[in-house]
Amino acid sequence: MAFQHFKNIKIQGFAACVPKNIESNENLELLGNPDQIKNFIKSTGIKQRHTVTGTSIRTSDMCLASAEKLIEELNWDKSEIDCLIFVSQTGDYIFPATSCILQNKLGLSNDCFTLDISLGCSGWIHGMATIAGLIQNGGFKKGILLVGDTSTMTKSPYDKSSYPLFGDAGTATAIEYVNGADGIKVHTSTDGKGHEAIIIPDGGFRNFYSKDSETYSVDEDGNKRNRLQTFMDGAAVFTFGITKAPRSVMGLAKEYNINLDEVDQFVFHQANKFMLEKIVRKLKIPSEKVPYSLNEYGNTSCSSIPLTIVSRLSEQVKNEKLKIMTCAFGVGLSWGSIYFETTDIVCPKVIMI
Amino acid sequence: MESKFIELFKEVLEKEEQEMNLSDKFREYEEWDSLAFLSTIAMLDEEYEIIIDTDEFKKIETVGELLDEVKARLSK
Repeated sequence: MAFQHFKNIKIQGFAACVPKNIESNENLELLGNPDQIKNFIKSTGIKQRHTVTGTSIRTSDMCLASAEKLIEELNWDKSEIDCLIFVSQTGDYIFPATSCILQNKLGLSNDCFTLDISLGCSGWIHGMATIAGLIQNGGFKKGILLVGDTSTMTKSPYDKSSYPLFGDAGTATAIEYVNGADGIKVHTSTDGKGHEAIIIPDGGFRNFYSKDSETYSVDEDGNKRNRLQTFMDGAAVFTFGITKAPRSVMGLAKEYNINLDEVDQFVFHQANKFMLEKIVRKLKIPSEKVPYSLNEYGNTSCSSIPLTIVSRLSEQVKNEKLKIMTCAFGVGLSWGSIYFETTDIVCPKVIMI
Repeated sequence: MESKFIELFKEVLEKEEQEMNLSDKFREYEEWDSLAFLSTIAMLDEEYEIIIDTDEFKKIETVGELLDEVKARLSK
C-alpha cells in the first residue's frame, strides 16, 4: 500500500461555502410516493441539499469565497502564498486551468505555483497529499488547497439513483511549513479498472460532444439520462466503498501505529448514511465519533471532508487538540485516508452565497 | 450453513416472519428493491467476507443459487 508521512507541515485552517439555495428531498416527486420518499431519506440520511440550481454560482466562486474568508481570518499576507491547488471535476473551462483563474481573482503573486487536479470524492485526500509534498521541504511556506464541485450540474434531474444524493460546495484548506510539526499521515490508492462505475461518457476528448450526446436513454430502473450527465453504478460503488474504505483506514493505522480507540473524530466522505454506517460498523468505531453533514448538504463530492469539519466540528477544532482520521472514496476509482492532529485551527462558520 | 444463510437473508429482506425456500426467485419478493440488493451485498461481505460483482450477481436467480455461490467461494 502507498503510505506517506509528510512532516514539517501544519493545517492552519478550514473554510467552506455553499449556495443559499436549498433543494429539499422531502417533496421531490422523482423519488415516488410519500412512503418511498420517507424510505429514501431514512436510508440515505439526505433530507436536503444546497445547490447552484437556477443561479450562476460555480465551483470556483465558492472556493474563492472560502479562500478569501480563510486568508482574512488567518491574517495571511497574500503575497506570501506560494502555491494554490484546485481539485474538482467541475472547473470553469476545459482550459485554462481554474487554478490560474483563482490565482488572479485572489490577487496572489505571479510567483504562486498553481495546479488543477481532476478528482471527485477522494479529491481532498489526494489534494492534501500533493500540497503537503510541495511544502514539506520548506521551499514553499504557505499553500492553499481549494476543493469543490457543483455535482448537481452533472446529474440528470430524471435520475433518482444520483440526483437526490448530491449537493454543491467549495472549500479551502490552509497549509503552512512549520519545522518540527508532525504533519499528516496518508494512504492513497487507485483502481482505474473501475473507471466506468462513475462516468460522464461524452463531452471530453475520448468521446467528443456530438448531437447524440444530448439524447436521453432510459435504464432498467426507469432513470433517464443523456451522455453529458453522470452515470453511476450504485451497487458497484457501494461494494467498492464498504470494502476499500475500512481497509484504507485500518492500513494507515497499522502502518503508523495509530490507536483507533484514541482517535477523537472520524470524518468520512459523506456518500450516504447507509454506506457510512456499514463502514463504521466494519471499523468497530463508536458512532458518536462520526460526524454527519449529509443530512443538510448531501454528498458534496470532494468538499465533504472539509465541509463536515467546518459545519460540525468548528468549535472543537478551534479550541481543542483533536486527533482526526479522514477517509474518502469515489470516482476514478480513487480512495485514501489521512490522519492528523489539530491545534489552533482557524475555522470560520459555513459561508453562504 | 443453510439455515444460518436463510436466517441472514431473511433479516436483510425484513422477511423474518415469512417462508423462504431455496427455489424462490428472490427478485420476485415484494421486499426486493435496490436497498435490499445493497443490504445483501453488505451481508455477504460482513458475514462471509465475500464480494460478488454486480455483473455476476445478475446471473443468480434463486435463493439456492446464491447459497451455492457462497459455498463455492468459501471452499476456494
